[in-house]
Amino acid sequence: MAIVKKKKVAAAAKATPESTKKAVKRPVSEGEQTPKKKKKVAAKKVQNGDTPAKKKVKKAKVVEEEPIEEVEKLQLMDDDDEEGLNELNFTQHDGSDDDLRDDYSDDDGKCHSHSRINGFCFDLDDDDLPIEKKSAALDKKKEKIMKEGEEELQLNIANQATFELPTVEEIENEMKSVPNLEIIKQRIADVIQVLGDFRNRRDPAKSRTQYVEVLKKDLCSQYGYNDYLMGKFMDLFPNGAELLEFLEANDNPRPVTIRANSLKVKRRDLAKNLINRGMNVDPAADWTKVGLVVYDSQVPVGATPEYLAGHYMIQGLNSLLPVMALAPQPGDRVLDMCSAPGGKTSHIAALMKNSGTLFANDASFDRCRAIIGNLHRLGVNNAVVCNLGGEEFAKIRPNGFDRILLDAPCSGTGVIWKDQSVKTSKDSQDVQRRHTVQRQLILSALDSLDANSPNGGYLVYSTCSVLVEENEAVVNFLLERRHCELVPTGLSIGVDGYTRFRDYRFHPSLSMTKRYYPHVHNIDGFYVAKIKKLSNAKMSKQAVLEKEKEKATQKSQKKKQAAEDNDSDDSGEEEEVTTNGQANGKSEKKKKQKKGADADESDDDVETAPMKNIGSGARANKKRRNQKKAAAKQAAVQEDDGFNTVGNIKRAKKPTQFKSKVPKRAAARTGAKSIKNRRKKVLAKQQ
Amino acid sequence: MRPLTEEETSLVFAKLASFIGDNVSMLIDRNDGDYCFRNHKERVYYCSENLMRQAACISREPLLSFGTCLGKFTKTKKFHLQITALDYLAPYAKFKVWLKPNAEQQFLYGNNILKSGIARMTDGTPTHAGIVVYSMTDVPLGFGVSAKGTADSKRADPTALVVLHQCDLGEYLRNESHLN
Repeated sequence: MAIVKKKKVAAAAKATPESTKKAVKRPVSEGEQTPKKKKKVAAKKVQNGDTPAKKKVKKAKVVEEEPIEEVEKLQLMDDDDEEGLNELNFTQHDGSDDDLRDDYSDDDGKCHSHSRINGFCFDLDDDDLPIEKKSAALDKKKEKIMKEGEEELQLNIANQATFELPTVEEIENEMKSVPNLEIIKQRIADVIQVLGDFRNRRDPAKSRTQYVEVLKKDLCSQYGYNDYLMGKFMDLFPNGAELLEFLEANDNPRPVTIRANSLKVKRRDLAKNLINRGMNVDPAADWTKVGLVVYDSQVPVGATPEYLAGHYMIQGLNSLLPVMALAPQPGDRVLDMCSAPGGKTSHIAALMKNSGTLFANDASFDRCRAIIGNLHRLGVNNAVVCNLGGEEFAKIRPNGFDRILLDAPCSGTGVIWKDQSVKTSKDSQDVQRRHTVQRQLILSALDSLDANSPNGGYLVYSTCSVLVEENEAVVNFLLERRHCELVPTGLSIGVDGYTRFRDYRFHPSLSMTKRYYPHVHNIDGFYVAKIKKLSNAKMSKQAVLEKEKEKATQKSQKKKQAAEDNDSDDSGEEEEVTTNGQANGKSEKKKKQKKGADADESDDDVETAPMKNIGSGARANKKRRNQKKAAAKQAAVQEDDGFNTVGNIKRAKKPTQFKSKVPKRAAARTGAKSIKNRRKKVLAKQQ
Repeated sequence: MRPLTEEETSLVFAKLASFIGDNVSMLIDRNDGDYCFRNHKERVYYCSENLMRQAACISREPLLSFGTCLGKFTKTKKFHLQITALDYLAPYAKFKVWLKPNAEQQFLYGNNILKSGIARMTDGTPTHAGIVVYSMTDVPLGFGVSAKGTADSKRADPTALVVLHQCDLGEYLRNESHLN
């Protein structure tokens, strides 16, 4: 049932070109007689025995045939020998009324133009030549046909407007059998067309959500995504045409690109060498000085002697971007938190000219091996490779780095062409897990930055995902939790990040971050944000400002007090005492502030709460309060859609470890007691 | 991470000296800061003092590499150079050999060098000396030990072994996992 409808629709959509074709064809069948008639006329003229007046007659003929020409073309092609005959005949006819003919032909031309407009011009003068009459008749026919064609076109448009939408259930049933790709493709196009001008083209009985549902199902089956991811992409690209472009781009591979290692070789020399090896390379883009694109190669790109000697690294153009945004300076202390396989890390080292220190970290040991190999191959000797969790750096080296690159682990929705399994393997759980980790990492990264470093204090956050939950939402979360601000990335290309996405509103400065799409920039989907740390306090911006205010008020109060004391007290000894007291007070306050700065934000109010009478159940109260808080947090996390910026992080459940109830020593029977007992037994036996 | 013991130092320096001779001193007395050798998990790393201090803040287990790894001590306490040391061997090498383009690949696949593959060789190379292998475009490809001196190899037939393979750049691909 549904299929039949669709076919109709398909026909309707295609009808536009077809109808015009028909319009061309039909007159041919009707106008078949025309050449024959012409022949007869010509024959008559020949009998009259008139002398030929070639040019003029020809001219007349041309004018005459003009309208017919298009219509008659096919037919004419069939019997062109006849046509040739006609022409011959014409050449011989009426030369006697030469002058008359001349005027006539001119008139004829004019008349013709008239006839095109209203078709009645010829009826006025009765003494027309029969040929002209015929041509007039043809004109009429043509006009009629044009009208018909137009009507048909109108009809088609009407048909299109009433495109009938199948229900979701119907589509699902269709999927169970073998889906017809042609029909699905057609339906996608139709639905997108309807959605493009929804008010006029919709079926009033169907709602927009129904249309969108159908579109989603079709796109999923056409491109092989799961429902969740397709929904996300549809949110990201509300424009249907762009969405299709994006999905198409996800199936096409990006060009192979390499980065010349500026520690060892210049790009120009490298290009020359590679061309000699039989590779076809070109500078990749005008915004990079080290990128080369490989069009085709007769040798494996990853195994040339140049590659082994560390003259270049195979990496996507997108991975040049975060390093360019980071802009490391020679002598900096730089951390690359998730660095495997070392492409970006070696790029950083190249920009630092092998000076300063560069920490390359990755959480996976196996991938760390690749870092070591690549860094040594590329001649980087200022790097420390370590295999730690990213969160550790905040503990190991708090405020210990000038610049940090965090290329966070992500769902990989920007590089689907590399790994098609992303299309189906990601669900909301996966993405939630990812952005939870990303939040932990970005907090830890910012905490290990040094805000007071002379030319640093920058964090670059990047992902190869296009989802907003993993990008803007994470950065926004950081902005709310820590005292930092976004700064321009300094990249010339890219789309600005979202400040508003659906019903979520982010900090307006998020427009300074950059997004990259495969269909726009022909590089992998990517996101880059550059953040400057403003103070080393582990507090939000507001808390920092409040603290500063408090400080200022305290200072002013102290000044006042001091002034009052000076006024009231005259004796020098007492003054000393007061100053001492003040000093003590100051130091106490300082301690308190330090505590406040160190403690996490959430504990702040607890910390400052009076804790004088511990025996009075204050501890129990505190415990209860904390339990309530934790419960509320967990509840909030349950409904996390990736945009909560309160900063509640879902606690990953640790797998319960098996613990034997027998103590280890007892199990091994090497405990002091057991040995003693055994010894006793042995001794007893001996005796 | 710890400084090398006396024994280890002599082993490492003897090995290095077989390739770069007296230039070993250039590795220690550098005018761009203090450099040092460190033993970490039976591997010898060569790096600047500053970098070494910074690396010390990471505990033993997760610290995988710092600076440049020169080689490792085997279980029998011999010192083996690794391909990663090439960066420091190549510029100071005493004895060098240049390969013909078609022999390049043979060497990069881990094979010894025959006389037919050699385009040039440093004069006065003795037998069993450390020798660094270059391509014709002066890109260091690896190193090995000379099986025949320059004089001997001139007289040898084209299929005779001249350089015994020790390390080559192909190892970055072949056994990346053994580099640390």
